Amino acid sequence: MTAVLSDQSRVRDQGATTLAVDVHGLTKRYGDLTAVGGIDFSVTQGEIFAFLGPNGAGKSTTIKMLCTLAHPTAGHASVAGYDVATRAKAVRRHIGLVFQEQTLDDQLTAEENLRFHAVLYGVPDGEIDRRITRVMELVALSDRRKDLVSTYSGGMARRLEIARGMLHTPKVLFLDEPTVGLDPQTRALIWEDIVRLRDEEGVTVFLTTHYMDEAEYAGRIAIIDHGAIIALDEPDALKAAVGSDTVTLETADDDMALNALKKAGYSAERSDSGLTVFVTDEEAAVGPIVASVGVPVHTVRAHRPTLDDVFLHFTGREIREQHGEAVPMFARAHGARRS
Amino acid sequence: MTTVSSATLPVQVGSDTRVADEVRVVGMVWERELIRYVRTRSRIVSGLIQPVLFLFVLGYGMSGLVGTTGGFNFREFVYPGVVAMSVVMTAMFSALSIVWDREFGFLREMLVAPVSRTSILLGKTAGGATVATAQGTIMLILAPLVGIHLTPILVVQVIAIELLMAVAMTTFGVFVASRIQKMESFQVVMQMLLMPMLFLSGALFPLNGLPGWLTVITRLNPLTYAIAPLRQVIFAAQNMSPAARARFPTNVTLFGYTLPIWLELTIVIIFALVFFVLAFRGLSRTE
Repeated sequence: MTAVLSDQSRVRDQGATTLAVDVHGLTKRYGDLTAVGGIDFSVTQGEIFAFLGPNGAGKSTTIKMLCTLAHPTAGHASVAGYDVATRAKAVRRHIGLVFQEQTLDDQLTAEENLRFHAVLYGVPDGEIDRRITRVMELVALSDRRKDLVSTYSGGMARRLEIARGMLHTPKVLFLDEPTVGLDPQTRALIWEDIVRLRDEEGVTVFLTTHYMDEAEYAGRIAIIDHGAIIALDEPDALKAAVGSDTVTLETADDDMALNALKKAGYSAERSDSGLTVFVTDEEAAVGPIVASVGVPVHTVRAHRPTLDDVFLHFTGREIREQHGEAVPMFARAHGARRS
Repeated sequence: MTTVSSATLPVQVGSDTRVADEVRVVGMVWERELIRYVRTRSRIVSGLIQPVLFLFVLGYGMSGLVGTTGGFNFREFVYPGVVAMSVVMTAMFSALSIVWDREFGFLREMLVAPVSRTSILLGKTAGGATVATAQGTIMLILAPLVGIHLTPILVVQVIAIELLMAVAMTTFGVFVASRIQKMESFQVVMQMLLMPMLFLSGALFPLNGLPGWLTVITRLNPLTYAIAPLRQVIFAAQNMSPAARARFPTNVTLFGYTLPIWLELTIVIIFALVFFVLAFRGLSRTE
């Protein structure tokens, strides 16, 4: 009990001065191949930070180095205030890990899996039961606590793993592709869990994904490609870099409409598909625009740049959703695939 | 890249290895093996069927051929070997479940935890040894059916030898499992390794009078040195005629020298330690 208290107070002290993740010039080379080429970034405590990029971009290698599962070739990284190269055990004690592949024993119950983990991560005996109750509540699985994991669905098993990752009150929770292969409804549930963990437990969440729509839940996003970070900012700022929101109209008389809009102070131009109006917030702008054109409107399309546009803007390629691979148009035909 | 010596860093509370924590880990890994064993009743039953088959089917079949010497028959001879067989098979199966653990990812959960691999391996070994000893001890129920007399002291001796045998075979199994990368190889390994080891260990027939090349193999087989003591303590408690003792010798001979029981057990302990080190290395290669 005293060990826990002093541990927590130390964590608080560190939290005031230390970044949850701090990376300088982190590099990983396998022979001639540079998987991660000297990246720099930092994550503050309580942030949800997303690594977005195609497979082979260096996401998993970076997460492995931060979790001390791979040794950096060069550079420095500290996680929860500990150097990953020299304090591997301390790092592992203060992080939660959820891998892409399931790592549960399905012949044990959920509770037994959690108890096993609690002991491996040095949670004191008196604390184990309270923490198990707590994390099962956080992922809304309390009523399935005594059930064998073999009776769980894929989404439930994944949420149980997230709960397990939180069991030993880590400072940073690493999630490698937490929602890959799950249906949209389950993905949304998992995101609710993640945001709740951050809000209620104050944990820093570091995750990788290649789902564009998911990265928008993050506070900040790093876009990684070919082992380098090519953009790092808040989702809205990244989108702003790509371009503003637009509202596209087709009207009975586009010339009259254009004049009316310009008179109303909008920046607009004729385009192939009708009239394009540049705005700051497409949703709020649709009503006033339609009201001010003064001619009958046939169609209205509002568009806000998505992270797909962002990725395309920065890399010149699209992320392929189903495989998570960004492949230049002809590379696949030649069988060129980065591993 | 400059490396900072960990000695220059401030000592952090709660981040250093504590013996009590590691002991808890050994206990937890052990407990998991037991839970899994008790939960899969089919495994307990199937672990009984094969030895029972050998004891009664082979036992009766061979009895006609071998005949009875001084009131002692082949069934009584083979009984200790069959007990050992159920220990060995359960221990190997338990250890080789590491292949499953790798396939289903649970091995990773264990290996990335901030605990020493020695603790994980100790827990795994203790768990495998416990369930294997339990399985072997269940076989003692059959003793009266083949005319073997049990005394309390004999039961204690048998359990002690079973435990030693089980530890050696579990560490051996973990070492083998750490080298198996695919689930499909599992069955092959069980067939190619376990059966020859059992056949060439003296479990099913006496090791004297074998051709030279076969004798060499049996003497390299760690199981040989575990099964002989088991048979010795069981036979010592039986009312056997000198003729029967001469017909069914129990001790292992090495270069014409008959090994005493303590030396046989020491050899098993040495095998167990070597396998433990090999198993540790094997596990360290993973992840």
